Amino acid sequence: MINTHDIIETVNMIDNENLDVRTITMGISLLSCIDEDIDKACTKVYDKICRYAKDLVKTGENISSEYGIPIIHKRISVTPIAMLASACQTQKIVKFALALEKASQSVGVNFIGGYSALVQKGFSDGDYALMESIPEALSITDHVCASVNVGSTKAGINMDAVKMMGSIIKKTAELTADRDCIGAAKLVVFCNAPEDNPFMAGAMHGVGEPDCEINVGVSGPGVVRAALTKCENYNLSEIAEVIKKTAFKITRTGQLVAQEASRRLGVPFGIVDLSLAPTPAVGDSVAHILEEMGLEECGCFGTTAALALLNDAVKKGGVMASSHVGGLSGAFIPVTEDAGMISAARSGCLTLNKLEAMTAVCSVGLDMINIPGDTTPEVISAIIADEAAIGMVNSKTTAVRVIPAIGKHAGDELSFGGLLGEGPVMAVNTKSPYKFIHRGGRIPAPLQSLKN
Amino acid sequence: MRAFITVLGKDTVGILAKVSTACAEENISILEVTQSVLQDIFVMIMLVDMDNATKTISQMQEKFDVLGEKTNLKIHIMHEDIFNSMHRI
Repeated sequence: MINTHDIIETVNMIDNENLDVRTITMGISLLSCIDEDIDKACTKVYDKICRYAKDLVKTGENISSEYGIPIIHKRISVTPIAMLASACQTQKIVKFALALEKASQSVGVNFIGGYSALVQKGFSDGDYALMESIPEALSITDHVCASVNVGSTKAGINMDAVKMMGSIIKKTAELTADRDCIGAAKLVVFCNAPEDNPFMAGAMHGVGEPDCEINVGVSGPGVVRAALTKCENYNLSEIAEVIKKTAFKITRTGQLVAQEASRRLGVPFGIVDLSLAPTPAVGDSVAHILEEMGLEECGCFGTTAALALLNDAVKKGGVMASSHVGGLSGAFIPVTEDAGMISAARSGCLTLNKLEAMTAVCSVGLDMINIPGDTTPEVISAIIADEAAIGMVNSKTTAVRVIPAIGKHAGDELSFGGLLGEGPVMAVNTKSPYKFIHRGGRIPAPLQSLKN
Repeated sequence: MRAFITVLGKDTVGILAKVSTACAEENISILEVTQSVLQDIFVMIMLVDMDNATKTISQMQEKFDVLGEKTNLKIHIMHEDIFNSMHRI
């Protein structure tokens, strides 16, 4: 029999330290639904999603209750809708968003991702129409998530798309201003977007993926933090070892759930995303892990180094625990979804500048950050451009999910509820990048040698 | 299918009897039992066979929640696979 200490450790992880599987995400290819008549295409989309995902939620709940491991979300990602939109002879692309919303409600998932376009090098007609429709689509639906990939290490950055996204984010927030601007919380702008990411708002099902697959995102910041509380006098080599071992255990749980879900649904297993995804719940914070390592408060000098150690150790531990790893894989730093980040942002210790530095060493980017409502579209575009440049040059995924708090100023609060959390509006440098953004064009792809 | 039952709390007379009675009532067969004291807390772990059980793991957890409340113990039941995947390479 497994030894007592190990058994108690596992029970504790679930009972006291918020270990859970964050999401089972079913990726569904919609390439077979392409039709030049948008109404026919929407019917095919709805039918295919409902056919493939009809048992997803029930299976997730069954696995959860049989294994005693909470599985928080059951979600769907689909082929970037811009590809379907390209075939349609209409500008009313928003009908696709309504079809996705209806399908998500029929099968009972809490988010459906893939209202997306990949425009790192340029636009097709469908891309353009889809991007234009994002504000309306996110304001009339509750469960649809949108994403746009504006850059990559191989293609460079499409600055025309970056310019558009600044206005689109602002408009999305304005259209949902009566609901704390929640539309913008469902919209993310990527550089180097992964095509098998199970996490929202950026989940999509890339064209190189199979017809249908199961991707699983693990979690467990609380478990890592609890492990570190027992390491008072350890040096950082030893801390990294503890994080690796803990990440291994967390990921094994995800792998088990992924394989079981794949078997029961008769759908191939895609990847496990090795992520430390925080929630606003007490004890489930990535910021608190950094503070446990010895920082007075997240955001002080040393934060970037601590995060780099954490991110790398999570990957090293997780890689061996799973047969296939992918998605975003690393530590997330969504401000409004992390109790420690929320309090550090409120106290003024965590600033946008520090967060930008942190994104150079962690898994995603500027995530769930409330910015003043009067921030100009050009400034938002410039935030996206900076973040995309970090991702492009470092061959990593970066993203921007900022929420312009319409009618509010730095220090005010937005509250989204649930896992999207709440947080203060953070101050933004208001000097104008107007001319730079309006130049348009593309930033060329970077050199992959002479690395300094 | 096998599962682990863990019981944590203050050592009192009859813990083993109460938990094993709850198992017997649902036709759950006990394969192994170990008990020890970790940092002043009584810990009992049972490996059980649930192939012929009349209740599922989640139903058993509900039953143990009620028993745990009455006896001031924390009782968990979890699928064996979780422990095997976490602690065996």
